[in-house]
Amino acid sequence: MSAEKLTYLASGSCHFGDAGCGFPAPGLNEFDFKPIFTIGSFYFNKPMLLSMIVAVLVVVFFWASFAKPRLVPGKLQLVGEIGYDFVKRSIVLETIGKKGEKYVPMLVSMFFFIWLMNIMSIIPFAQFPVTAAIAFPAGLAAVVWVTYMTLTFKKHGFVGGFKNLCWPSGIPGWVMFILVPIEFFSNIFVRPFTLAVRAFANMFAGHLLIVMFSVASWYLLSPTLGALYGSASFVVAVALTAFELLVQFLQAYIFVMLASSYIAGALEESH
Amino acid sequence: MSMLAEGTVYGSVASIGYGLAAIGPGIGVGLIFGNGVQAMARQPEAAGLIRSNMFIGFALTEALALIGIVMPFVFGNK
Repeated sequence: MSAEKLTYLASGSCHFGDAGCGFPAPGLNEFDFKPIFTIGSFYFNKPMLLSMIVAVLVVVFFWASFAKPRLVPGKLQLVGEIGYDFVKRSIVLETIGKKGEKYVPMLVSMFFFIWLMNIMSIIPFAQFPVTAAIAFPAGLAAVVWVTYMTLTFKKHGFVGGFKNLCWPSGIPGWVMFILVPIEFFSNIFVRPFTLAVRAFANMFAGHLLIVMFSVASWYLLSPTLGALYGSASFVVAVALTAFELLVQFLQAYIFVMLASSYIAGALEESH
Repeated sequence: MSMLAEGTVYGSVASIGYGLAAIGPGIGVGLIFGNGVQAMARQPEAAGLIRSNMFIGFALTEALALIGIVMPFVFGNK
């Protein structure tokens, strides 16, 4: 939340029913942050700080769990193994199969990185999902895209790679006229775009909803009947926070699931 | 109607646009989860496979609604 808005709300002068006091609807200003410090034209702001904290957390956690692996796992190693096994069993083995085990480490780190970035949305004082700044999911989608393209062309060669990308098998020849451009466009351009936008827009909308109802519950708080609306709004904000916890997990899951299904497509035997 | 003619109804067209954009994905997500649950009930041993495919379909369908959320901000003035 921006500083002006915070002081504006904390001043407590603006409530429902006051003269000349409209609802301070949250908008894009919730997603603009003042830089913490600047180096030349480089701005370091809150989402960057949060993403670095998350990166350190993920690295430290997995380092601590797996640096000295034991046959009988300790508590930390057990939790780490549960997380690793979850991604391996429910995502990679289901979509890629046995030959996907090589890509599990990348997908595990990606999953926990995205999940923790999303969870920052409901951690007190952080309270901003890092993935609601589009640069972060776009960067991650670029990593997935480069992996996808590299694997496709490495496996099938140049011509075979393009054939794998835009020549679906088992389709009558005359449909190819329409289908090949669509497949080309969808596999190369639309896939990374939707991958990034999906993670971004879910977190963006979720954060906006929580902010909306939090602001509304303060705004509606007044010594009249408005207090009733205010408390209802507060209950909705709490319920949305719980719902967001589900969405955050689901989005990390879907991102990694789609990434692994792209890898599966790249590794497919040519027809 | 006279209120409309006098121009007293104001707001953002984007909210109507988002309402329209959410119809298709709403139907699609309902179909996907409805049929997914039905498939899992019929064949509980294939639940893992069905669930992962269900979420892929959900993600692809939901993308349309999400683009609908983002576009007003992209084309809005601020």
